[in-house]
Amino acid sequence: MSEIEKKDQASTHKIGIYLWIWGLLFVLSFFSYMVDWYQFQGLLRWSLILFFMFLKAGLIMAFFMHLFWERYALVNVLLWPMTAIACFVFLMVAEFQYTVFTRLFYFFVGG
Amino acid sequence: MSDPKIEGLELKPGFKGMAQDTSSDQTMFKGVHWGKAMMWIFLLSDTFIFSCFLISYMKGRGSTPVEWPNPSEVFALDAFGVPVPLLLIAIMTFVLITSSGTMALAVKYGYEKNRKMCGWLVLATALGGLTFVGMQAFEWSKLIHEGVRPWENPFGAPQFGSFFFMITGFHGTHVSIGVIFLFIYAYKVFAGHYDEQKRGWFTSMKGDYVEIEILGLYWHFVDLVWVFIFAFFYLW
Repeated sequence: MSEIEKKDQASTHKIGIYLWIWGLLFVLSFFSYMVDWYQFQGLLRWSLILFFMFLKAGLIMAFFMHLFWERYALVNVLLWPMTAIACFVFLMVAEFQYTVFTRLFYFFVGG
Repeated sequence: MSDPKIEGLELKPGFKGMAQDTSSDQTMFKGVHWGKAMMWIFLLSDTFIFSCFLISYMKGRGSTPVEWPNPSEVFALDAFGVPVPLLLIAIMTFVLITSSGTMALAVKYGYEKNRKMCGWLVLATALGGLTFVGMQAFEWSKLIHEGVRPWENPFGAPQFGSFFFMITGFHGTHVSIGVIFLFIYAYKVFAGHYDEQKRGWFTSMKGDYVEIEILGLYWHFVDLVWVFIFAFFYLW
């Protein structure tokens, strides 16, 4: 890279943005702990857990890992493979439902 | 943010920039430090490993007709005689987020070539990680004393133990490796290796503060994985 002229001083972000994200992560973690503290159950519990989880993960990736400021090629290389994981989750949900159905069926109805 | 701007190769924003970056028969991610690109690729592969663990946990937990142990009881801790649900896990979560924040600031000060601030923050991150591993060791030994094994446990479905030790163990290994590197890098920052562009042990690469960002990516990833483990294993 020495033959290519590059700027010596890389641009950095103001400290405020990091402190904001840091504080938000604390607050969100506190909220997700409160989900357990107040013993929310059922759909409310699961949706709140997922909501806080994705929000926290998004903040960490976007600002702490700088993806928000990164070039689009890198962002796409990183995020598209996640659809494969989503497919895998989808497949395995179908699979465990089938497994638990057959288990219960043979335990209680018999082969 | 830190990538050096190459004259005449400024990328357009959005998909046009992506096309420019990927289609010019040369290198992809022009101007990005190769170590940083490789760390991202590694983290992508690590994402798949942790996803496989968590998905197998989902399948195991979903397919057993035996009742799953209630995590907020299993991981409760007595504080002044009162059992508080998930107390240790909550503290561990806050410790890890704190260390992630100090790491983010260390990266920022590294790029501003503020050697002292960067060094202290990397050291603080290392100490946070060490605290986390210590608390995890405490948690493991507590559960082992209570009779949790990979093949059985007194609380419910026997698969609980194997998933617990596998997932938290693999994450704890990542944290431990991170802590070792954080201590090494804290030394390197304080010793001024990045200001003098001193070469590393196994590489002819000149030292640069971009290495702090690469280490930071790894450390934030460890925190990221914990977000998912906390949600799916401890809260669900």
